[in-house]
Amino acid sequence: MQAALPSTGLERGSAPSALAVARLMLERDLRLAFRKASQLVQPLAFFAMVTTLFPLAITPELSRLRHIASGVLWAAALLASLLALEFLFRDDAQDGTLEQYALSGRALTGLLSAKTAAHWLLTGLPLALVAPIAAVALGVPGRALPGILASVTLGTVTLSLLGAIGAALTLGVRRAGALLSLLTLPLAIPVLIFGAHATQLAIRGKPYGAPLTLLAALAVFGMTLAPLAAAAAVRINLE
Amino acid sequence: MAWTWFHRLASPPHVYRIAGRLTPWFAWPAAILLIAGLIGGLWLAPPDYQQGDAYRIMYVHAPSAWLSLMVYTVMAVAGGIGLIWRMKVAHAVAAAAAPIGASFTLATLVTGSLWGKPMWGTYWQWDPRLTSELLLFFLYLGYMGLRAAFEDLQRADRVSAVLAVVGVINVPIIHYSVVWWNSLHQGPSVMYLGKPTMPPSMLVPLLIMFLGFTLFFGAVLLMRLRAEVLNRERAARWVSEAIGGVPSGRWVGEEIGA
Repeated sequence: MQAALPSTGLERGSAPSALAVARLMLERDLRLAFRKASQLVQPLAFFAMVTTLFPLAITPELSRLRHIASGVLWAAALLASLLALEFLFRDDAQDGTLEQYALSGRALTGLLSAKTAAHWLLTGLPLALVAPIAAVALGVPGRALPGILASVTLGTVTLSLLGAIGAALTLGVRRAGALLSLLTLPLAIPVLIFGAHATQLAIRGKPYGAPLTLLAALAVFGMTLAPLAAAAAVRINLE
Repeated sequence: MAWTWFHRLASPPHVYRIAGRLTPWFAWPAAILLIAGLIGGLWLAPPDYQQGDAYRIMYVHAPSAWLSLMVYTVMAVAGGIGLIWRMKVAHAVAAAAAPIGASFTLATLVTGSLWGKPMWGTYWQWDPRLTSELLLFFLYLGYMGLRAAFEDLQRADRVSAVLAVVGVINVPIIHYSVVWWNSLHQGPSVMYLGKPTMPPSMLVPLLIMFLGFTLFFGAVLLMRLRAEVLNRERAARWVSEAIGGVPSGRWVGEEIGA
């Protein structure tokens, strides 16, 4: 059943292409996010804060921190991206926008893919850019930074996709924080393993292509299947 | 029609009856096999030349581990059927199966760590199998937590079914990434058991236990399914007829209200 789109005012007469719609959604989400910049900064500040906890809790010696840096960075990145998930669908669900998406006659998978992409640009990519700085603070040598940047960039793609599933599943749950972590973290374990391993290899100055390739494989796998699951969950929760 | 049996499974009273009739066919063979397997495993099988008698915990540990995975698959398949054909009874199967699977997973973890103490010298080793079993336990907890988070039963059914399907796709990925992680960080310190050379006197009781545990799961699932169906259909007339009593005032009230 193809519902007509009478009042979108995009291009009168012809329905916009899926790509154009995706671009519009991306622009909209980015614009909205930049108007509430504090939401953007919070996960990054959280990431920096968690990274700071480890030197304080374990040791300030850089030579020892270097050994645990990959674990610290990835655990912090995982927690920070979890924190950011709350913003993914919440506002759109509350003001009914999500419902309109579901009713628009457009493939919900495509719309949610665009939303997830926006979410990654707003949280995953900044995390990936901040991670090398945090790594330097943990005593990681400069030659490891490209590897860290690449692995966190790829890893956060999968984290955003898994998070979209988790956030969609818990749309109808009022205080979903703990439940969302319990749902998402076990699924994110492969990202943690391969990401931390790539980072570890990069820090030791060894070739890290293999785990990076696996991270990329997980990201591609997630891109193909995660929007389907997220769309199914959104539809159920909107019923 | 060949599919009549399938369509009839959509009817709760029919499922309630069938499940009741099938239960003894699972329960009695399970009881006999479990007793036979325990006698075979704990008395008749010889002690292991390396592990002594400690290996005998395998007769509980290995079947539990097998069921912890199988029950998750049953849950996901039932959830998928419920999503695709909108079959309420399939969701009831998934709801009934989840706590059983979580229990088997917990049993695997406990017996595994008890086995680890004499073999590894420690209760917990970050062994790939124990670790991925632990993650499976978290997946069960997440599933049950999500199910419990919704007031509306239908929504709980369908949302948790999506999670079960997502989870079942991820279980092999998680398992192999954990195996890979472990093989990188530490060498395999202990061989689990000399699998290819296990003599028949050890192997046969193990196979009996596998079958016995599986049938036991079937019996418990059917019993829990009956309870689940009764609870879900408590407002329906057939329930008060099936349990053979005068319907209580609350149920009648609900029926009128509905």
